Amino acid sequence: MIEPNVAGGLIGGGLIGLASVMMLLLLGRITGISGILTGVITFNHADGLPWRAAFIGGLILGAVLYQIFIGPLPIEMQAEGPLLIVAGLLVGIGTRLGSGCTSGHGVCGIARRSPRSITATVTFMAVAVITVYVTRHLLS
Amino acid sequence: MKTILAALACGIVFGLGLSISEMINPARVIGFLDVAGEWDLTLMLVMGGALVVTLIGFPLITRRPKPVLAERFVLPTKTKIDSPLLSGGILFGIGWGLAGLCPGPALAGLASLSPQIMLFVAAMIAGQFIAIKVEPLIWK
Repeated sequence: MIEPNVAGGLIGGGLIGLASVMMLLLLGRITGISGILTGVITFNHADGLPWRAAFIGGLILGAVLYQIFIGPLPIEMQAEGPLLIVAGLLVGIGTRLGSGCTSGHGVCGIARRSPRSITATVTFMAVAVITVYVTRHLLS
Repeated sequence: MKTILAALACGIVFGLGLSISEMINPARVIGFLDVAGEWDLTLMLVMGGALVVTLIGFPLITRRPKPVLAERFVLPTKTKIDSPLLSGGILFGIGWGLAGLCPGPALAGLASLSPQIMLFVAAMIAGQFIAIKVEPLIWK
Protein backbone atom coordinates (compact mmCIF):
# COMPACT_ATOMS: atom_id res chain seq x y z
CA MET A 1 0.00 0.00 0.00
CA ILE A 2 1.13 3.56 -0.72
CA GLU A 3 1.57 5.71 2.39
CA PRO A 4 -1.59 7.86 2.50
CA ASN A 5 -1.43 11.60 3.22
CA VAL A 6 -3.62 11.37 6.33
CA ALA A 7 -3.30 14.91 7.73
CA GLY A 8 -3.32 16.62 4.32
CA GLY A 9 -6.23 14.49 3.16
CA LEU A 10 -8.43 15.20 6.19
CA ILE A 11 -7.56 18.93 6.43
CA GLY A 12 -7.76 19.47 2.66
CA GLY A 13 -11.01 17.50 2.51
CA GLY A 14 -12.39 19.61 5.36
CA LEU A 15 -11.51 22.78 3.42
CA ILE A 16 -13.28 21.43 0.29
CA GLY A 17 -16.35 20.75 2.45
CA LEU A 18 -16.06 24.20 4.05
CA ALA A 19 -15.90 25.91 0.63
CA SER A 20 -19.05 24.01 -0.45
CA VAL A 21 -20.85 24.97 2.76
CA MET A 22 -19.82 28.64 2.33
CA MET A 23 -21.14 28.65 -1.26
CA LEU A 24 -24.52 27.31 -0.14
CA LEU A 25 -24.74 29.65 2.86
CA LEU A 26 -23.63 32.82 1.04
CA LEU A 27 -24.75 32.35 -2.57
CA GLY A 28 -27.33 29.59 -2.16
CA ARG A 29 -25.56 27.55 -4.83
CA ILE A 30 -24.19 24.03 -5.17
CA THR A 31 -20.43 23.87 -5.73
CA GLY A 32 -20.45 21.84 -8.93
CA ILE A 33 -17.22 22.72 -10.68
CA SER A 34 -18.07 21.18 -14.07
CA GLY A 35 -21.35 23.12 -14.12
CA ILE A 36 -19.68 26.35 -13.00
CA LEU A 37 -17.17 25.86 -15.85
CA THR A 38 -20.01 25.34 -18.36
CA GLY A 39 -21.55 28.66 -17.27
CA VAL A 40 -18.23 30.44 -17.84
CA ILE A 41 -17.27 28.97 -21.22
CA THR A 42 -20.76 29.57 -22.66
CA PHE A 43 -20.74 33.17 -21.33
CA ASN A 44 -24.10 32.55 -19.71
CA HIS A 45 -24.94 36.12 -18.71
CA ALA A 46 -28.52 35.23 -17.80
CA ASP A 47 -27.52 33.15 -14.80
CA GLY A 48 -24.57 34.64 -12.93
CA LEU A 49 -21.47 34.70 -15.09
CA PRO A 50 -19.51 36.96 -12.67
CA TRP A 51 -19.71 34.74 -9.58
CA ARG A 52 -18.87 31.66 -11.65
CA ALA A 53 -15.81 33.34 -13.17
CA ALA A 54 -14.80 34.57 -9.68
CA PHE A 55 -15.08 31.06 -8.25
CA ILE A 56 -12.87 29.56 -10.98
CA GLY A 57 -10.40 32.43 -10.58
CA GLY A 58 -10.36 31.70 -6.83
CA LEU A 59 -9.82 28.00 -7.44
CA ILE A 60 -6.66 28.78 -9.42
CA LEU A 61 -5.64 31.50 -6.94
CA GLY A 62 -5.94 28.99 -4.07
CA ALA A 63 -3.39 26.77 -5.80
CA VAL A 64 -1.18 29.83 -6.48
CA LEU A 65 -1.27 30.72 -2.77
CA TYR A 66 -0.28 27.13 -1.94
CA GLN A 67 2.75 27.53 -4.21
CA ILE A 68 3.71 30.83 -2.57
CA PHE A 69 3.23 29.89 1.09
CA ILE A 70 3.49 26.11 1.31
CA GLY A 71 5.52 24.68 -1.56
CA PRO A 72 5.48 23.46 -5.15
CA LEU A 73 2.20 21.87 -6.23
CA PRO A 74 2.42 18.08 -6.03
CA ILE A 75 1.53 17.16 -9.62
CA GLU A 76 2.72 13.90 -11.19
CA MET A 77 0.99 13.41 -14.55
CA GLN A 78 -0.34 9.92 -15.29
CA ALA A 79 -1.11 10.36 -18.99
CA GLU A 80 0.32 12.44 -21.79
CA GLY A 81 -0.20 13.51 -25.39
CA PRO A 82 -3.16 12.01 -27.28
CA LEU A 83 -4.28 9.95 -24.26
CA LEU A 84 -4.48 13.13 -22.18
CA ILE A 85 -6.59 14.79 -24.89
CA VAL A 86 -8.95 11.79 -25.08
CA ALA A 87 -9.26 11.81 -21.28
CA GLY A 88 -10.01 15.55 -21.24
CA LEU A 89 -12.66 15.20 -23.96
CA LEU A 90 -14.33 12.33 -22.08
CA VAL A 91 -14.31 14.28 -18.79
CA GLY A 92 -15.82 17.31 -20.56
CA ILE A 93 -18.52 15.35 -22.41
CA GLY A 94 -19.28 13.07 -19.45
CA THR A 95 -19.64 15.80 -16.81
CA ARG A 96 -21.93 17.78 -19.10
CA LEU A 97 -24.19 14.83 -20.00
CA GLY A 98 -24.17 13.52 -16.44
CA SER A 99 -24.85 16.99 -14.96
CA GLY A 100 -21.87 16.92 -12.62
CA CYS A 101 -18.53 15.68 -11.40
CA THR A 102 -16.78 14.74 -8.17
CA SER A 103 -17.66 18.04 -6.47
CA GLY A 104 -21.30 18.54 -7.50
CA HIS A 105 -22.44 14.91 -7.37
CA GLY A 106 -19.82 13.60 -4.95
CA VAL A 107 -19.29 16.18 -2.22
CA CYS A 108 -22.53 18.19 -2.51
CA GLY A 109 -25.04 15.70 -3.96
CA ILE A 110 -24.30 13.04 -1.36
CA ALA A 111 -24.70 15.69 1.39
CA ARG A 112 -28.13 16.52 -0.09
CA ARG A 113 -28.91 12.77 0.08
CA SER A 114 -29.80 12.95 -3.63
CA PRO A 115 -30.35 9.44 -5.08
CA ARG A 116 -29.42 10.86 -8.52
CA SER A 117 -26.06 12.14 -7.29
CA ILE A 118 -25.33 8.99 -5.29
CA THR A 119 -26.03 6.91 -8.43
CA ALA A 120 -23.79 9.16 -10.53
CA THR A 121 -20.95 9.02 -7.98
CA VAL A 122 -21.09 5.22 -7.70
CA THR A 123 -21.17 4.98 -11.52
CA PHE A 124 -18.17 7.17 -12.29
CA MET A 125 -16.13 5.76 -9.38
CA ALA A 126 -16.79 2.17 -10.45
CA VAL A 127 -16.05 2.92 -14.12
CA ALA A 128 -12.84 4.75 -13.18
CA VAL A 129 -11.70 1.76 -11.06
CA ILE A 130 -12.41 -0.59 -14.00
CA THR A 131 -10.61 1.78 -16.42
CA VAL A 132 -7.50 1.83 -14.22
CA TYR A 133 -7.61 -1.96 -13.84
CA VAL A 134 -7.86 -2.45 -17.62
CA THR A 135 -5.16 0.08 -18.55
CA ARG A 136 -2.68 -0.71 -15.76
CA HIS A 137 -3.09 -4.45 -15.25
CA LEU A 138 -4.73 -6.06 -18.29
CA LEU A 139 -3.12 -4.00 -21.06
CA SER A 140 0.30 -3.30 -19.59
CA MET B 1 -19.76 42.88 -5.69
CA LYS B 2 -20.25 41.02 -2.38
CA THR B 3 -21.38 37.96 -4.34
CA ILE B 4 -18.26 38.06 -6.50
CA LEU B 5 -15.94 38.41 -3.49
CA ALA B 6 -17.75 35.59 -1.68
CA ALA B 7 -17.44 33.29 -4.72
CA LEU B 8 -13.76 34.23 -5.04
CA ALA B 9 -13.19 33.37 -1.35
CA CYS B 10 -15.00 30.02 -1.75
CA GLY B 11 -12.86 29.26 -4.82
CA ILE B 12 -9.67 30.05 -2.91
CA VAL B 13 -10.63 27.78 0.01
CA PHE B 14 -11.57 25.01 -2.45
CA GLY B 15 -8.30 25.41 -4.37
CA LEU B 16 -6.27 25.32 -1.16
CA GLY B 17 -8.20 22.21 -0.10
CA LEU B 18 -7.41 20.44 -3.39
CA SER B 19 -3.72 21.36 -3.06
CA ILE B 20 -3.31 20.47 0.63
CA SER B 21 -5.17 17.17 0.18
CA GLU B 22 -2.99 16.42 -2.90
CA MET B 23 -6.11 15.72 -4.96
CA ILE B 24 -4.47 18.09 -7.44
CA ASN B 25 -1.99 15.23 -7.98
CA PRO B 26 -3.17 12.67 -10.58
CA ALA B 27 -0.81 10.09 -9.01
CA ARG B 28 -2.80 10.22 -5.73
CA VAL B 29 -6.10 9.85 -7.60
CA ILE B 30 -4.92 6.95 -9.79
CA GLY B 31 -3.40 5.41 -6.64
CA PHE B 32 -6.86 5.34 -5.06
CA LEU B 33 -8.58 4.01 -8.19
CA ASP B 34 -5.93 1.28 -8.61
CA VAL B 35 -7.47 -1.15 -6.12
CA ALA B 36 -5.49 -4.08 -7.55
CA GLY B 37 -2.18 -2.21 -7.27
CA GLU B 38 -0.50 -0.41 -4.38
CA TRP B 39 -3.69 1.11 -3.09
CA ASP B 40 -3.60 4.72 -1.79
CA LEU B 41 -6.55 5.60 0.44
CA THR B 42 -5.89 9.37 0.54
CA LEU B 43 -8.86 10.17 -1.74
CA MET B 44 -11.17 8.36 0.67
CA LEU B 45 -9.91 10.49 3.56
CA VAL B 46 -10.48 13.64 1.48
CA MET B 47 -14.00 12.60 0.53
CA GLY B 48 -14.68 11.68 4.17
CA GLY B 49 -13.30 14.98 5.47
CA ALA B 50 -15.38 16.95 2.97
CA LEU B 51 -18.56 14.94 3.57
CA VAL B 52 -18.41 15.32 7.35
CA VAL B 53 -18.59 19.10 6.83
CA THR B 54 -21.24 19.11 4.08
CA LEU B 55 -23.45 16.40 5.63
CA ILE B 56 -23.69 18.46 8.82
CA GLY B 57 -23.66 21.90 7.20
CA PHE B 58 -26.10 21.52 4.29
CA PRO B 59 -29.25 20.59 6.28
CA LEU B 60 -28.57 23.44 8.75
CA ILE B 61 -28.23 25.96 5.91
CA THR B 62 -31.24 24.91 3.81
CA ARG B 63 -33.41 25.39 6.91
CA ARG B 64 -32.81 29.14 6.50
CA PRO B 65 -35.41 31.08 4.48
CA LYS B 66 -32.71 32.31 2.09
CA PRO B 67 -28.95 32.48 1.61
CA VAL B 68 -26.97 35.43 3.01
CA LEU B 69 -26.20 37.17 -0.29
CA ALA B 70 -28.96 35.94 -2.63
CA GLU B 71 -32.76 35.96 -2.76
CA ARG B 72 -33.19 32.19 -2.85
CA PHE B 73 -31.43 28.84 -2.90
CA VAL B 74 -30.84 27.45 -6.40
CA LEU B 75 -30.68 23.68 -6.02
CA PRO B 76 -30.75 20.94 -8.67
CA THR B 77 -34.33 20.09 -9.64
CA LYS B 78 -33.78 16.87 -11.62
CA THR B 79 -34.51 13.72 -9.64
CA LYS B 80 -34.84 11.07 -12.36
CA ILE B 81 -32.04 8.55 -12.79
CA ASP B 82 -32.00 8.61 -16.59
CA SER B 83 -29.74 7.57 -19.44
CA PRO B 84 -27.92 10.93 -19.78
CA LEU B 85 -26.94 10.70 -16.10
CA LEU B 86 -25.66 7.14 -16.44
CA SER B 87 -23.93 7.53 -19.81
CA GLY B 88 -22.36 10.79 -18.63
CA GLY B 89 -21.14 9.08 -15.48
CA ILE B 90 -19.62 6.25 -17.54
CA LEU B 91 -17.80 8.60 -19.98
CA PHE B 92 -16.56 10.79 -17.13
CA GLY B 93 -15.38 7.68 -15.23
CA ILE B 94 -13.33 6.49 -18.23
CA GLY B 95 -11.69 9.90 -18.68
CA TRP B 96 -11.03 10.21 -14.93
CA GLY B 97 -9.47 6.74 -14.85
CA LEU B 98 -7.26 7.46 -17.88
CA ALA B 99 -5.70 10.70 -16.60
CA GLY B 100 -6.51 10.89 -12.88
CA LEU B 101 -7.89 14.39 -13.39
CA CYS B 102 -11.41 15.68 -12.80
CA PRO B 103 -12.58 19.28 -13.39
CA GLY B 104 -11.65 20.83 -10.00
CA PRO B 105 -8.05 19.58 -9.78
CA ALA B 106 -7.50 20.24 -13.52
CA LEU B 107 -8.58 23.89 -13.21
CA ALA B 108 -6.68 24.47 -9.94
CA GLY B 109 -3.67 22.74 -11.51
CA LEU B 110 -3.47 25.53 -14.11
CA ALA B 111 -1.63 27.42 -11.35
CA SER B 112 1.38 25.17 -12.04
CA LEU B 113 1.51 26.52 -15.61
CA SER B 114 2.05 22.91 -16.73
CA PRO B 115 1.44 22.65 -20.51
CA GLN B 116 0.06 19.14 -19.92
CA ILE B 117 -2.63 20.45 -17.55
CA MET B 118 -3.43 23.24 -20.03
CA LEU B 119 -3.84 20.63 -22.77
CA PHE B 120 -6.19 18.60 -20.57
CA VAL B 121 -8.28 21.67 -19.65
CA ALA B 122 -8.52 22.70 -23.32
CA ALA B 123 -9.75 19.20 -24.23
CA MET B 124 -12.19 19.23 -21.30
CA ILE B 125 -13.67 22.56 -22.45
CA ALA B 126 -13.90 21.23 -26.02
CA GLY B 127 -15.66 18.15 -24.62
CA GLN B 128 -18.26 20.29 -22.85
CA PHE B 129 -18.94 22.19 -26.08
CA ILE B 130 -19.30 18.92 -28.00
CA ALA B 131 -21.79 17.66 -25.41
CA ILE B 132 -23.79 20.91 -25.55
CA LYS B 133 -24.07 20.52 -29.36
CA VAL B 134 -24.80 16.80 -29.34
CA GLU B 135 -27.15 16.63 -26.32
CA PRO B 136 -30.30 17.97 -28.05
CA LEU B 137 -29.79 15.56 -30.97
CA ILE B 138 -29.75 12.46 -28.76
CA TRP B 139 -32.23 13.27 -26.01
CA LYS B 140 -35.24 15.28 -27.08
